[in-house]
Formats: sequence, C-alpha cells, structure tokens
Amino acid sequence: MNGIPFDLQILNVLAALFLLLSFSMLAQRRIVTLVNLLAIQGLILFIATVLLAWRTGETHLYLSAALTLGLKVIGLPWLLHQLIRKLDVYWDTEPLINPSATMLIGLLIVIFAFGLAQPISALASTATRNTLGIAIAVILLAFLTMITRRKAMSQVVGFLSMENGLFFGAMSATYGMPMVVELGVALDVLVAMLVLGVFFFQIREQFDSLDLRHFETLKEDE
Amino acid sequence: MDLLLLLSAPLIGAAILGVWGARRWAPDGNVIFSLATFGAACAVTVRVVKYGNILIAREQFFIDPFNVFLVALTTFVGLTTSLFSRPYMRIEAEHGRLSPARLRLYHSMYQLFIWSMLVALTTNNLGLMWVAMEAATLSTVLLVTLYRTPASLEAGWKYFILCGVGIAQALFGTMLVYFAAEKLLGSEGVTALLWTHLDVVKRQLEPNVLSLAFVFLLAGYGTKVGLVPLHNWLPDAHAEGPTPISAVLSGLLLNVAMYAVVRCKVLVEGSLQSSLPSNMLMSFGLSSVVVAAFLLWRQRDIKRLFAYSSIEHMGIIAFAFGMGGPVANFAALLHMTVHSLTKSAIFFTVGHASQKAGSQLIEDIRGLITLSPTIGWGLMLGTLAILGMPPFGVFASEFLILTTAMKDHAWATPILLLALGVAFAAVFGKVQPMVFGETSARRLPHPPALLPVFAHLGLVLMLGVYIPPYLANWYREAARFIGGQ
Repeated sequence: MNGIPFDLQILNVLAALFLLLSFSMLAQRRIVTLVNLLAIQGLILFIATVLLAWRTGETHLYLSAALTLGLKVIGLPWLLHQLIRKLDVYWDTEPLINPSATMLIGLLIVIFAFGLAQPISALASTATRNTLGIAIAVILLAFLTMITRRKAMSQVVGFLSMENGLFFGAMSATYGMPMVVELGVALDVLVAMLVLGVFFFQIREQFDSLDLRHFETLKEDE
Repeated sequence: MDLLLLLSAPLIGAAILGVWGARRWAPDGNVIFSLATFGAACAVTVRVVKYGNILIAREQFFIDPFNVFLVALTTFVGLTTSLFSRPYMRIEAEHGRLSPARLRLYHSMYQLFIWSMLVALTTNNLGLMWVAMEAATLSTVLLVTLYRTPASLEAGWKYFILCGVGIAQALFGTMLVYFAAEKLLGSEGVTALLWTHLDVVKRQLEPNVLSLAFVFLLAGYGTKVGLVPLHNWLPDAHAEGPTPISAVLSGLLLNVAMYAVVRCKVLVEGSLQSSLPSNMLMSFGLSSVVVAAFLLWRQRDIKRLFAYSSIEHMGIIAFAFGMGGPVANFAALLHMTVHSLTKSAIFFTVGHASQKAGSQLIEDIRGLITLSPTIGWGLMLGTLAILGMPPFGVFASEFLILTTAMKDHAWATPILLLALGVAFAAVFGKVQPMVFGETSARRLPHPPALLPVFAHLGLVLMLGVYIPPYLANWYREAARFIGGQ
C-alpha cells in the first residue's frame, strides 16, 4: 500500500467492511441481528463520510454525515427494533434459495459490480473512486437480500441497506449529492419508514403474521 | 404569484383536510382546493403561452411547453376526480367501508398526492424530481390500503416495495448524471442537477456514464410507468384502492412518470448521439403493448381490466416517444392527454357501476343501461374511445403513431395492430354484457356525479375531430423540444 495516504487506507478498509456487512446480512436469519447489522453499516457510512469531509474540507459532507448518524444509525434501527418487539417477529423463515447458493450468487454479483464500475471509476476524479464498485455491489446484494426473503421486515432491511449503498456510491463518485437532494431523500426515507410502521400494523391486524406467503392471492389470472 | 399558488394550494389543502377531513363539508373542501389549483394552473398556462418559459426560485422551478401542458392536464383531472369523489366517498362511508379517520386520511393524501405530482412536473432539479416522485408513491400507499382488506394490503405492499426499489434505481441513475455533469458544471451549488443547465451541455456529457445512467433511470421511472416487465404492482394497486385513486393513479401518475423518463431521454440522447435510448424505449413499449393485450383476456375484475389497458396505452406512448421525430412525439403527447382523460372517465363510471352492483367482478355487473342509462352509456362510450374507435381522440393519436411506425419501423406495425385488435376483442367482449343484458344493479343513496365523465369524453371527442390551432401549436412546440431542437 505504498503511496496511498493513511486516511485513504482507512477509507478503503471501511469500504471493505461495508461490503462484508452486506454479505453477513445476506446470510443472517435472526431479524434483530439483521437490524443491528444495518445499524453498523450505517455507522461505517457515517465514519467514512466524516473522514472524507475532513479530508476534502467539503462542509456539506458533515451535514450529510450528521443526517446519516441521526437517521440510519440511531433513528431507523430504533424504529425497527420497536416494531420487532411490538409485532413479535424475531426470526425469518427459511430463505427461498439455500444460503450457500445465495452466497455464491453474491460473489458473482460482486465481480459483476466491479466490472460495471470500471468505466465510471476511470473517469472519476475523486480520491475514493475505487470504492464505487463496492457501492454498486452493496446495492445489488441488497437486491438479492430482498429477493430471497419472505418476511416483510427483512425486505425492509434490504431496502434500507440499498439506500446505504446508494449514499456510499454518491459519496465515492462525487463526494455526495447536493444538500437539497440529500435532505429530500432523507425525508422520503423517514416518511417511508413511518408509512411502513402503520402498514405493518395493518398487515398484522389482518393476517396475524408478517409472513409474505399470505400475499400470494393476487395473481395474473385473477 | 400564480406558480406559488399552484404549488401551495394543494399543500394547504392537505394540511386543512388532515385536521378536518372527516367533516360533512370535507368533500366540498377537497373540490375547492382542487379548483384553486386548477385556476392557478390556468393562469400559469396563459403566462407561458404569452411570455414563454418561466424559470424562478433560483432556477429550481421551470416551466416550458412540455410540462405546462401536463400541469394543466393534471390539475384538470385532479379537479374532475374530486368532483367525482364527492358522492362516491359519501356512498362508501354510508356503506360502512370507511371510518372518519380513514376519510380524513383520504382527503389529506389526495391533496398531497396532487401536490407531489405538481412538484415533480415543475421542478428543474433532477434530484427534486426524484424526491417528488417518491413522495407521490408514499402519499398513495396508504390510500391503496384504505379498505384494509387482505387483497388491498397485499396490493399496497407490492406497490410500496416495488416502486420503492424501482425508484432507488432511478436515484442511482440521477447520481450518475450528476457525476457526469459535475465535471462540466462544477459541484458548487446545484447547477449540475438543474435540467436547463444540463440541456445546454448535454452534447459534452460523457456518453459511457450517461448510457449506464439511462438504464437505471429507465428501469426506475419505468417501474412507475408500469412498463412490462416492471408492471406487477400496477393492476393490484389500481384494483384495490378506492376508485377516485385508481382514476388519478392511472390518468396522472403514469403520465408524470413518463414525463420523467422523457426528460431523461432528451439529455441522454443529446449526449450519446445514438439510438440506444430510443431503441430501449421502443422495446419496452412494444413488449408492454403485447403482454398487456394478451393479459386483458384473463381479467375478471373490471378495475384490473382497465389497469391492464393502462399498461397497454403507456406502452404505446413509450413506443411513440422511442420512435421520436416531430410526428411521433406529437402523437405521443396527444395520446397522453386523451388516455388520461378517457381512462379517468372510465374509472368514474366503473366506480359507480361497481357500487351499484356491490362487486367489482365483471360477471356480477350486468345490464347497467336499464337502471342507469347515463352510467351505461358513459362506460360504453368510454370503452369505445379507449379502444381507439373514431371519432374519439385516441383514434387520432393511434393513427398517427401507426402511420409513423409504418414509415420508420415497418416491422413493428403488424405487431402493434395485432395487439390493438386483441385488446379490442378482449375489452369490448367483457364490457358489452355489463352494459346491456339483464340488470343486477341497485339504487345509490347519493346521485352519482356524471358530469366529469361526459366532460372528459366530450374533450376527447373534440380532440379527435378538431384540435384547436393554439393547442396544436403547443403540442408541436413541445414535440420539437423533445426532439432535441
């Protein structure tokens, strides 16, 4: 790692951890742990953003970091924990594809993501351009998490992990989006989670469970 | 300031109706706020026609011929739908399907939905457009589940998660556009996301990045347009929510999403100088038309039937925008207008018809014409109009699209014609016994509002027979602009 400044090395390590967490979310079936992993992922995003803000001196990145800390590390995980306790959903059922196959697919996705990021990274002028591949990989892995899960709660965690990946991507490619947009996106995510909380209670009231297997009545031929 | 009124009236309405939305006057209040919004939209339209484009609030809001016509259309259909929903929701409340709290939610979210669509249409900032599109989804999720039936919860969940994931793709696409533009426009402020600035430099934007961005943007906003194979949420959300919401989802939200796709296409096409975006739009459009036409045969629920018909028409519009050129763009804009007017009129009649029959199943609704000739004729005429019978406006736009296809992409013409034929047979065969035949309907406690239905159909008829010159000019200008000149 000669020639790479120390803070960039740390950023690269953080990016690697970010990806690793995506993989552990892919395999995790205990929903409480899943939410904790999401919070840790948010924390890494926060640290990386602060580090980058300090390095580049872009003040709006500090704001973005504060937003990440408030919303993704503390706010949403807390909300999800509340929901888990109130709704009593602790375990996801067997995933649709068996775990080892999921992991292999995940590996292929990472390779694909790096291939996809190659031309963009080559054009980027930011110091963090090499981590763009990781951001795309995290987005796609979150996709995979959502596809293979049955419980509504795990799908939501996958959705939020995708949002983390998107922010990480914005950070590594362009040092974040303009503030107006980041605020708007954060607001949308927050409202989405509130809507979701209401929604979960409605589902529970109706089905007595959050298992999406009940959701197979609306088919094309109806 | 008319634009300020346009954007604040629905927001104030949402706040007020959020508190008092269950009062006796709430449905009237809903109409009044929609009327104020429509009035403001008319004022804005007049101003744009007279003085040209408007760019205000530090360039964050921007109105040109393309979006002003959609703003006018959106607020008009918003107004007529609120007129329709007045008796409709009263009847639903009397049938005991809605508690006061849900009625409040409904009225407040209706205004918020209109507001978020107007922001998405008028904003100049691609990032804000994304935020507003997501807000439009969020404000309607709880409306789709308003009745809390198992089916509506499933529909709401699908709508939420599919559109949420879809729109996350669009955010990534927006990010890539910003990434490409930042090099040219600098990262100071937000100029690199402002559409007007992007449009100026579009030829210098890095083509590799933009082609990747377009894939994500098309997949993202395409999910909201309901293009096959991303259409899964659409029929469910349309069928399970209250009918006024089906009318605005189908008539307005799909248009707004299509608007977002076209805005992005203009940029990407300018940068790429190739036909990749056009070809992608054309193939998505064509597959939507074909798949939806065949799925129409299998529908037993009347609202699902017309939801699939919306997918088909959005496919036609996407195909026309994909072909490009002044005529096809003109036809696509015309088709957006007439589809939105006709489809919402159909949903109005279908809403009252299913209230009369107490069911949404096609086989339970019979003989509308004996008990209520206006609903029966409204549905029949609306169906004929949407199926592209002359002299309605849908015929005019489909005719233009088909002739352009024959000229530029002859291979696609038989496929389109076949799909249109299949759709005609499927829809007409199902609607005909609903209108004629033995009756199964009952009386309604409130007289239905049928004025909007005939107002819409009248407009569609007019557009089919005669397009006023200023309107034609306006379409032409918007079409030229989409063509990138």
